[in-house]
Amino acid sequence: MELWYTEEHTDDVHFSIKVDRLLYSGESELQRIDVFHSKEFGRFLTLDGLMMLTEKDEFIYHDMIVHVPMATNPDIEKVLVIGGGDGGTVRELTRYQTIKKIDMVEIDEKVVEVCRSYLPQTAEKLDDPRVELFFEDGLKFVRKKKDEYHLIIVDSTDPFGPGEGLFTKEFYGNCYKALKEDGILVNQHESPYYFNYANSMRRAHGRIKEVFPICKVYQAHIPTYPSGHWLFGFASKTFDPIEDLKEDRWNSLDLKTKYYNTELHKGSFALPNYVKELLESEDE
Amino acid sequence: MDKFLQEKAPIFEALKRYKSNRIVRFDVPGHKGGRGNRELTNFLGQDCLTVDVNSMKPLDNLSHPTSVIKEAEKIASEAFGSKNTFFIVNGTTAAVQAMIMSTCKTGDKIIMPRNVHRSAINALIISGAIPVYVNPGVDKKLGISLGMPLSHVKEAILKNKDAKAVLVNNPTYYGICSNLDKIVEMAHENNMLVLVDEAHGTHFYFGDDMPISAMEANADMAAVSMHKTGGSLTQSSFLLCGKNVNSNYVRQIINLTQTTSASYLLLASLDLARKNLSLNGKDIFKRTMDLAQYAREEINNLGGYYAFSKEIIDGDKVFDFDETKLSIHTLDIGLAGIEVYDILRDEYGIQIEFGDIGNILAIISAGDRILEIERLISALSEIKRLYEKDKIGMLESEYIDPEVVLPPQRAFYGSKKPISIDNSLGGISAEFIMAYPPGIPILAPGERITRNVLDYIYYAKEKGSLLTGTQDMKIENIYVLEG
Repeated sequence: MELWYTEEHTDDVHFSIKVDRLLYSGESELQRIDVFHSKEFGRFLTLDGLMMLTEKDEFIYHDMIVHVPMATNPDIEKVLVIGGGDGGTVRELTRYQTIKKIDMVEIDEKVVEVCRSYLPQTAEKLDDPRVELFFEDGLKFVRKKKDEYHLIIVDSTDPFGPGEGLFTKEFYGNCYKALKEDGILVNQHESPYYFNYANSMRRAHGRIKEVFPICKVYQAHIPTYPSGHWLFGFASKTFDPIEDLKEDRWNSLDLKTKYYNTELHKGSFALPNYVKELLESEDE
Repeated sequence: MDKFLQEKAPIFEALKRYKSNRIVRFDVPGHKGGRGNRELTNFLGQDCLTVDVNSMKPLDNLSHPTSVIKEAEKIASEAFGSKNTFFIVNGTTAAVQAMIMSTCKTGDKIIMPRNVHRSAINALIISGAIPVYVNPGVDKKLGISLGMPLSHVKEAILKNKDAKAVLVNNPTYYGICSNLDKIVEMAHENNMLVLVDEAHGTHFYFGDDMPISAMEANADMAAVSMHKTGGSLTQSSFLLCGKNVNSNYVRQIINLTQTTSASYLLLASLDLARKNLSLNGKDIFKRTMDLAQYAREEINNLGGYYAFSKEIIDGDKVFDFDETKLSIHTLDIGLAGIEVYDILRDEYGIQIEFGDIGNILAIISAGDRILEIERLISALSEIKRLYEKDKIGMLESEYIDPEVVLPPQRAFYGSKKPISIDNSLGGISAEFIMAYPPGIPILAPGERITRNVLDYIYYAKEKGSLLTGTQDMKIENIYVLEG
C-alpha cells in the first residue's frame, strides 16, 4: 500500500510526501487540521491541506523568525506572537531569559490543542509561565494595543484563508501603534518564486513599506514550503537588522541553534536580483 | 407562510428541465448556449450561458405570464403578503417608475419627501405628475435627512386633497423609517394610495425584530430591491401590489418600458432568492443584525466615529431604525464621509456603499463574515490615527429645502439654455444634479438654484464626490430655463 500527501504548489506543480500513518484529522470552525507521520520528515501538520511544518525542517523557519530580531535587539522584553499555534516560535523565544512576557494570539484554539497532543516538539514551551495564550483574531487583538511590545512576530498562514487579515495595511498600521518606539515587526513573507505567492509577497511588502520607516526582507531555505525558497519581512521603527546587529552580545548568550548564526544573519539579507526587482515593482 | 410552497422555485425548475432537454436552438440569443462567444463563456461559465435564453413555451413570458412565471409570482405574493407581485428585470428604478406611472397622470399630484431616489423624480418627468414635497426632518448633528414627520404629511394631505398618492421611503438609505402605519391610515382616509420605495427594505419581510414592511402596513404598492440585501442578481427586483390596485393595469404600465427580452438569469435569481429568504431569512438576518451590532459597538469604542442606531428613534421623524444598516458619522474626526470612503478604497482595499458629506454607509448582508468586519473596524481605527484633524471648516447640514418653481416635466422639456454653474444663481434648473451614490438629487428640474445649492455643489466637488446629472459631464455648465 502507498499513501501519499500531495500539496498543489501551483496548478501544475505538486509536492508529495509518502505518508506512513495519519495521526489526526479533524475540522475546527475555521479550517481542516491534519497531522501525519512520514519516514522522511517525521510528523507534519497541515491546515486546509497546506503544509505548516514538519518535525524535520521546522527548525529553519523558527530559528529565522525569532533569532534575527532578537540578535538585532537583545534587550527585547515583551513580545507578541500572532498565529504560531504550533508553538515553535514561542519555544525559541522562551530560550531568552531576558524576555519577560510573551503574548500569543492564535485565532484557532483547536490548532493549539492538536499540536499539544501530536507535536510536542514545537508545543512543549506553551506552558512556560511567561507565556499567555489568547484565542481570537490577531487583527482585533492588536487593534486594542498601544505602545506595548518590543517585538511582534507574525507567524501566520498564507493570505488566502483565515490569515488574510494579517497581510493588510490596516493590520500593519495597528502593529505600528502596538509597538514601542523602538519596536520591530517580523512576519513570514511568502515565497518569491511561484506567481500566487510572489504576488502576495509583493503586496505585503508594499503595504509594510507604507507604514514602517525601515523595511528589509531576508530569506531562508525551507525544503517543504512551495519552491523551498522562503522570505521573512523585517520592519522596524529604529533598528536596522544589519547595522544594529549585536553580534558579540548574541554569541555570548551561547544559544545552540541548528540553522541560525550571526554570519548567516547578515547574509540572509542579500537577495537574488529577481527578488529585489519583484520587491521594487508595482502590484499586479 | 406555507413552507412547502416556498420550497418551490418554478422558473428555476423550468430552466433545469429546459437544460436537460437539450433543445436545438434556432432562436435568440445568438450566442446559442455560449458557443458563439467563447471568451465570455470561459469567463462566466458554461452553465450560466446555457440558461441565458429567451422566453419560449415551457419558460413562459414575462410580459404576459400564464405558466411558470405566473406560478412564481403567486408564490412570491404569498412570501411578501401582497395581492400581486411582478418580477422586474429593469432595476428597482423600473419598479419605482411603474408605481408612480400607474397612479399619476399628467397634472396629478403626488406627495413625497424630497430625499427620494432620482428614479422617482425621473418618473415625474415621464408622467408629468406634480410633486408636493414634504420636508423630511433633518438631524442637524448627523447632517442627514430623516423620515417624514406625521404632522407634515397630514398638512400636505389636507392642503392637497386632490393628490393621488403618497410616496414613502421605507427605510431611507441610512435605515430611517417613517410612521408608515399612520401614513397609510391618513392617506386611505383621503382616498390616496400609498407607494413605498423599499429599495433598502427587502429584509423587513423576512427577518425578526424589523421595522414594519409596506404590505404589513397595508400600503398599496412597494418596490423591493431584492438584489440589494436579498441575494438576487444586480438589476432584479420585485414590485408588490395590494388589494386596492388594479394589477392588470399595472402590468400594462410596466410593459410600456420594460424589456421584451427578460433575462432568465435575473428571473431565476429572483425566484431562488425568494426561496432562500422564505426558508432561511430569519437566521440570515439575525446573523446580519448581530454582525452590524458588533461592528457598531467596536466602532463607537474607537472614539470619534458615531455608528448610530435605535437611540436616534424619536417616535416621529425617526419612527423606526433598520439595525442591519451600518451608518457611521465621521465629521467629528475632521473628515467628510466621502473622504473616509475614498481612503478605505484607495488605501485599504475596502469598498463601502457610499460616503456623503458627514457619513459613510457599509452594507452588511448574508455574504459577510466576521473576518471582513474586523478589517473594516481596524481600517477605521487606522484612518482615525493617521488622518484625524480639526473639525473646523466642515460643512454641517445636508438637507437643502428646495424652492420648487415648476413641475419637473415642464422644466425638463421647457425652453432652456446652458450657462456656467458659477453664474447660475437665481436661475431655474432644467436638469438634475446629484452626488452618486446615494443618488438623491441636490437639485431637480424646476427648482431654483440657490446659494445653499451652489455651496453644496462646490463643497461636494472639493471633497471628491462623484457628481452627475447635467448634460455637461464635467458639471461645470447647467441648463436653466429661459426668460
